[in-house]
Amino acid sequence: MSFPLLTATAALPAIGAVATAAVPAARRTAAKWLGLAFSLGTLVLAGIALARFEPGGDRFQLTESHAWIKDFGVRYELGVDGIGLALMALTALLIPFVILAGWHDADPLETNSSRWRPTQGFFALILMVEAMVILSFEATDVFLFYILFEAMLIPMYFLIGGFGDRAHSGSDENAAAQRSYAAVKFLLYNLVGGLIMLAAVIGLYVVAGSFSLSEIAEARANGSLSMATGTERWLFLGFFFAFAVKAPLWPLHTWLPNAMGEATSPVAVLITAVVDKVGTFAMLRFCLQLFPEASKWATPVILVLALISIVYGALLAVGQRDIKRLIAYASISHFGFIILGIFAMTSQGQSGATLYMVNHGISTAALMLVAGFLITRRGSRLISDYGGVQKVAPVLAGTFLIGGLATLSLPGLAPFVSEFLVLVGAFAAYPAAGIVATTGIVLAAIYVLVLYQRTMTGPVKAEVQGMADLKARELVVVVPLIALLLFLGVYPKPLTEIVNPAVQHTMSDVQKKDPQPEVEAAK
Amino acid sequence: MNPVNYLYLAALLFTIGAAGVLIRRNAIVVFMCVELMLNACNLAFVTFSRMHGNLDGQIIAFFTMVVAAAEVVVGLAIIVSLFRSRHSASVDDASLMKL
Amino acid sequence: MENLIALLVAAPLLGAAVLLCGGRRLDRAGHWLGTLLAAASFVVAVVLFTDMLGKGAEDRALHQKLFSWIPVEGFQADVAFQLDQLSMTFVLLITGVGTLIHIYSIGYMEHDERRRRFFGYLNLFLAAMLILVIADNYLLLYVGWEGVGLASYLLIGFWQHKPSAATAAKKAFLVNRVGDMGLSIAIMLMFTTFGTFAYGPVLEATGETSEGKLTAIGLMLLLAACGKSAQVPLQSWLGDAMEGPTPVSALIHAATMVTAGVYLIVRSGAIFNAAPDAQMVVVVVGAVTLIFGAIVGCAKDDIKKALAGSTMSQIGYMILAAGLGPIGYVFAIMHLVTHGFFKAGLFLGAGSVMHGMNDEVDMRKYGGLRKYMPVTFVTFGLGYLAIIGFPGLSGFFSKDKIIEAAFAKGGTEGWILGSVALLGAAITAFYMTRVMLMTFFGEERWRRTATPSPDAPDVEPAAETRGEHAEPHPHESPKSMTIPMIVLAFGSVFAGGFFSIGDRFLHWLEPVTGHDHGDAPIGASTVTAATMVALVIGVAIAWAMYGRKPVPVAAPRGSLLTRAARRDLLQDDFNHVVLVRGGEHLTRSLVYVDHTLVDGVVNGTAASMGGLSGRLRKLQNGYARSYAVSMFGGTAVLIAATLLMRAV
Repeated sequence: MSFPLLTATAALPAIGAVATAAVPAARRTAAKWLGLAFSLGTLVLAGIALARFEPGGDRFQLTESHAWIKDFGVRYELGVDGIGLALMALTALLIPFVILAGWHDADPLETNSSRWRPTQGFFALILMVEAMVILSFEATDVFLFYILFEAMLIPMYFLIGGFGDRAHSGSDENAAAQRSYAAVKFLLYNLVGGLIMLAAVIGLYVVAGSFSLSEIAEARANGSLSMATGTERWLFLGFFFAFAVKAPLWPLHTWLPNAMGEATSPVAVLITAVVDKVGTFAMLRFCLQLFPEASKWATPVILVLALISIVYGALLAVGQRDIKRLIAYASISHFGFIILGIFAMTSQGQSGATLYMVNHGISTAALMLVAGFLITRRGSRLISDYGGVQKVAPVLAGTFLIGGLATLSLPGLAPFVSEFLVLVGAFAAYPAAGIVATTGIVLAAIYVLVLYQRTMTGPVKAEVQGMADLKARELVVVVPLIALLLFLGVYPKPLTEIVNPAVQHTMSDVQKKDPQPEVEAAK
Repeated sequence: MNPVNYLYLAALLFTIGAAGVLIRRNAIVVFMCVELMLNACNLAFVTFSRMHGNLDGQIIAFFTMVVAAAEVVVGLAIIVSLFRSRHSASVDDASLMKL
Repeated sequence: MENLIALLVAAPLLGAAVLLCGGRRLDRAGHWLGTLLAAASFVVAVVLFTDMLGKGAEDRALHQKLFSWIPVEGFQADVAFQLDQLSMTFVLLITGVGTLIHIYSIGYMEHDERRRRFFGYLNLFLAAMLILVIADNYLLLYVGWEGVGLASYLLIGFWQHKPSAATAAKKAFLVNRVGDMGLSIAIMLMFTTFGTFAYGPVLEATGETSEGKLTAIGLMLLLAACGKSAQVPLQSWLGDAMEGPTPVSALIHAATMVTAGVYLIVRSGAIFNAAPDAQMVVVVVGAVTLIFGAIVGCAKDDIKKALAGSTMSQIGYMILAAGLGPIGYVFAIMHLVTHGFFKAGLFLGAGSVMHGMNDEVDMRKYGGLRKYMPVTFVTFGLGYLAIIGFPGLSGFFSKDKIIEAAFAKGGTEGWILGSVALLGAAITAFYMTRVMLMTFFGEERWRRTATPSPDAPDVEPAAETRGEHAEPHPHESPKSMTIPMIVLAFGSVFAGGFFSIGDRFLHWLEPVTGHDHGDAPIGASTVTAATMVALVIGVAIAWAMYGRKPVPVAAPRGSLLTRAARRDLLQDDFNHVVLVRGGEHLTRSLVYVDHTLVDGVVNGTAASMGGLSGRLRKLQNGYARSYAVSMFGGTAVLIAATLLMRAV
């Protein structure tokens, strides 16, 4: 038996979480380094998985399968296709940066205080989330996926509720109340989605008699399993609802701004760049693959919701006064693009949506982490408290601008490639949807440039005077992310090579063909 | 004598016990009423045993007696300690777990 | 030879990367590095050009594919370059004028502590602009298109500490994004129609699709061109863009970037030729902007904004010519090149004047400067004569051809367009003479600036904050600034003649753009005569208003039209009321809706759950006897239910 690489990739951060939590209270720094080491180890393993993956090979590779709960046919089944692999690599890539950026976020408030503030816990929880997210990208058993989908809420809840952003307006108690409100809202929202999904998971088992994705898909393909139209639609809706909450899709989005606003910026990155991706990933993996007919049936409504998300998220981002909430609403707009790409059901749209997930992860991480550095320096999240930062901290302002430009999908940076693919894919299938979505690029320019203008340009505000520029640790976080954005913007081929075959498989699952260009169709 | 009359008596005793549990406030009286209900049941069991001609009812009556004895031990202990801490044997006074 | 093409882009791109990432170490040598790399790009361009001249007209186009950019099923986007005569013309203009302006900036930005970064941005601009003109497909063109938008944003907002500059930069980017939206929709349409967006396959297959599709593509391309080239209705950003340093105005907002729209239309000629409706709209936009820009140019007292109005109007000429179809393509490009020379020269001259006048931009506070700045006066004067179309100078040849082509369009249209073009020529002569007279002739009004004028509040404090005294000492600029001006003046004088004699330019571009002589209702000499008359009238009116009598330092109230023109014919006010205010209200109400309605439903559910559990909690009152009652009741109900079920 070959080395269980996928299990190892998920197990390493889990072990790291336990090890980090076990470090004695006084040795905080050691815990940080230990956490970082484990996350880097995971990155190495993910890199090996990338290298071992053959783009032209089987659909699911590096598979593992063991019996787990025999009575219900639940198996511990892992395997990655290009989409899962890309997102797994993204997760493994981002966590070291999240840990580095949050280096001091869980330090004790008073220096030399002997009071134990769970620094160890902060990093252990981050690693725990990483382990669960990675495993959920690898799971090919519906039940296993469901367990992880729900279990990752627990560490996330503690990360949001237990470690708030220290930059807040108003009293400490008020901030604590806000924070616990955000954490509870996050938990309940996702739990409701998860429970509805649980019902659908059980329903699926009753109908199909198996939890294995490959078995069900095969049975559907060779006709030995047929679902009644009504049943399929209900099951689809149950799954989709859970994923739409997590993604989040309008109008189920309101937990995101609260959660991202109250959490520390590294945790906000964890929410939007890593955990939320499980939702969009699962739409592509489970909704489309298990319920192709129902997916096609629901497409018009979902496309409309996605378009509303795009425009609505962008408009609300324009109206925000809080930097982090602005980025959260921008993310809602971007998730609209991803879902638009998935349900346009064209090769370009789905490849674009997958690339979008990766690129959005990197670009939001860059923007949010720099914003976090800025907020930590000034101690406020309000846009109006800033002005003229460019003059005192040019590197910070420059990296912030690049993060912003990536968010507005400037050509040459990675998000452009994916956004354009989504737009083209959507336009080819539904021209009106493509045109409406295009307004998103104008609105994105508005919220990014207004944010940049109000915080970075103009006369230097008194409170901003003397603000330090980025330090070495912060540069280590930002520079690789920006380099990656540039690289994937100019040369996305390594990524598209992995993703394309997986998208072709999905396209054949839903039995859709790309619309022919008019000129060729005429021939 | 018709065994059905025993059943009527058991029902009567049970009703008296139930009414006592619901109406009386003194814990000791409530407790005695519970005993009364248990014994009404016992009576019914024994009667059924006689009517059906097997021993099942009598066996269950023994079980009930054992349970009732255990209950007396625990229940009286609770009532005594309750009286000690609150200087009252009223069940309504004990509406809070902690004082 | 084709391997050299990538070098054109690589040199300035390298410069931008090094200068922007290099840090303060490069502060002392950065401007030289930037200039050197711009010059290197120009040298490569010249090498390629000489090579191209050595070949026959048909096989001059070079092609270089670097790598496959976005390989996705059914979607091929390559990073590939195509250098034909049209691209070559632009490459020479961009690198040539670009290098000159780099040299000029060395002197102009000498005292700016962020000079290194300025050169980094300039190099970035050159790289993006070169990508724009040598791309072989529309998607790569889009990269350059947005790239120059970014460079323009960074350079307009170069003095970020000034809120007006930051706002102007943002405005330019946003308005351009609206245009970019048009371009991306056009590309999407091309993809669904032709299955590709490379120039070759798209432009050859125009015959195989419906005219409606082509009209849609054409209109979307026009929207893009309107944004980039500041044409009505997306022209409002150009005036504000003058907040940027003057070399930027000269290079980006006069000579090169703003002409990208013309390039786009000429490059997509095959699409427009097959879509006459779209062409008609192009012509109308060009004609309207031509007059619009000219009127704005007449009313501005800020020398750079007057020149910006003129730029708008001159690009209107080019768009008009491009909209005429094969009759006009060549002349649009020819005017674009000559305009690149003289307008860049004029802006550099304006920069030189400002340099000597403590950055004063109000022409009412100039006057009589010819004695103090002889070189600037002569070069600016030559540029002036070129733009108004003085016989023998560049503008004369190129503009005359466009007016001729407009008449040659034929029919009523031809007459209307020709007359509009003639009217534009007269107004051009008027406002340029006004600029000339107010700046270099008349009395020395700057001597009176000791008494501050109440009408220029936004100019006065700027001068004061720099701690400069009230009275400027006009002086000639350093050599690094005057030499580029002299070179550009040469171009302004001779380029037009050189191109026109023997129809050199026509033969050069014809293989790419095609050409059609049309049938002019009136002869070429008649058109030239009419143009001369228009010119004389314009100059005479300007002389009567600004030359004969002294120019007041405080601007007179002016007629209704003048006041409207000073405010860019109220376009900004319209934008402000409808778009900015409306948008603010929309977002604010949406924030409210999100908070109260969408989130309200969620919080409402939570609250009603809380209320319900509050009620239910009352049942748990702690009285043992009430629990006993509910137990009895429940048991009774269960027994009754069981019995009832039995009975039934």
